[in-house]
Amino acid sequence: MQSRGLRMKAFRAAFPYTIPIFAGFWFLGLAYGIYMNVSGFSFLYPMLMSMTIFGGSLEFVAVTMLLSPFAPVQTFIMSLMIQARHLFYGIAMLDSFKGLGWKRAYLIFGMCDETFSINYTAKIPEGVDRGWFMFFVTLLNHFYWVFGATLGGILGSLIHFNTEGLDFVMTAMFVVIFLEQWLKERKHYTALIGIGAAVVCLAGFGADSFMIPTMLCILFGLTVFRTPIEKAGGFS
Amino acid sequence: MMSLTEQIITIAICVLGTMTTRFLPFLVFSSKRPTPKYIQYLGKALPAAIFGMLVVYCLKNVSILSGSHGIPELIAIVTTAVLHLWRRQMLLSIAGGTVCYMLLVQLIF
Repeated sequence: MQSRGLRMKAFRAAFPYTIPIFAGFWFLGLAYGIYMNVSGFSFLYPMLMSMTIFGGSLEFVAVTMLLSPFAPVQTFIMSLMIQARHLFYGIAMLDSFKGLGWKRAYLIFGMCDETFSINYTAKIPEGVDRGWFMFFVTLLNHFYWVFGATLGGILGSLIHFNTEGLDFVMTAMFVVIFLEQWLKERKHYTALIGIGAAVVCLAGFGADSFMIPTMLCILFGLTVFRTPIEKAGGFS
Repeated sequence: MMSLTEQIITIAICVLGTMTTRFLPFLVFSSKRPTPKYIQYLGKALPAAIFGMLVVYCLKNVSILSGSHGIPELIAIVTTAVLHLWRRQMLLSIAGGTVCYMLLVQLIF
């Protein structure tokens, strides 16, 4: 009974953090499911793909891959490139996920952009179990995404509604998380390196291929300026 | 057109690629040995840079030179930020910014 209370408490603490994700994933998942439906796939495809891949941008690209000739090596390289940013999330969560037993594997499996951002930044209230909190954040987000994708796959092109601009909910969430991080720091070297690298690489390489160069620039910047950044400290 | 087997392999490879990027840091730096100092440093310094990168990533398809020139995005981001600095209520800031953006793109731009 005690462990049930522990779980309920963690669930109640985690749920409010996932509400923006619910809005965003429901909508994006729906869009993805509809896209698969009109591309000629049964709802089983978006359902199973959203459950197992659980990474939005790659799932959209995978639709094109499935409609092209079979190319396993190219598919693997593409998925590594699109998902490479997750390497950074893992490095940031190395210590945080320590000692969480079986939950650790699921937390790593389900660590998409949004889940990482919440689990990294959320102020987990006193007396709430960290492992269960992060578990429920991950599980709820995973559920929203699969739910949206499956629904879109079933309803397909039947849906017409004016949700233009709803996808901005993800941008707004990252702006808020960025701001929270910014307010916590004394110096903003790393945040500025991140924005600067991304903007310069976006201008230089274009929207489809700027993420890998951006990540390399960030690593380079953080390595070269390690001494002043460590001296400034202040990151939690 | 792919056969069903080829489709399943393609999807499995996407899963494998994704999981490689998610699990690799945890496999390389096992929880039994202490994490190297440089990686510990990266773990602390990266997130602020990542969040900056993700904001730009969300806006990657906004064109400054054509269409609405990124004006609705700019207004909505400023609205989100101002709301957040004012009340520090995550849900309020996100909802306010999103509603603002939807009104802008549906009614004005």
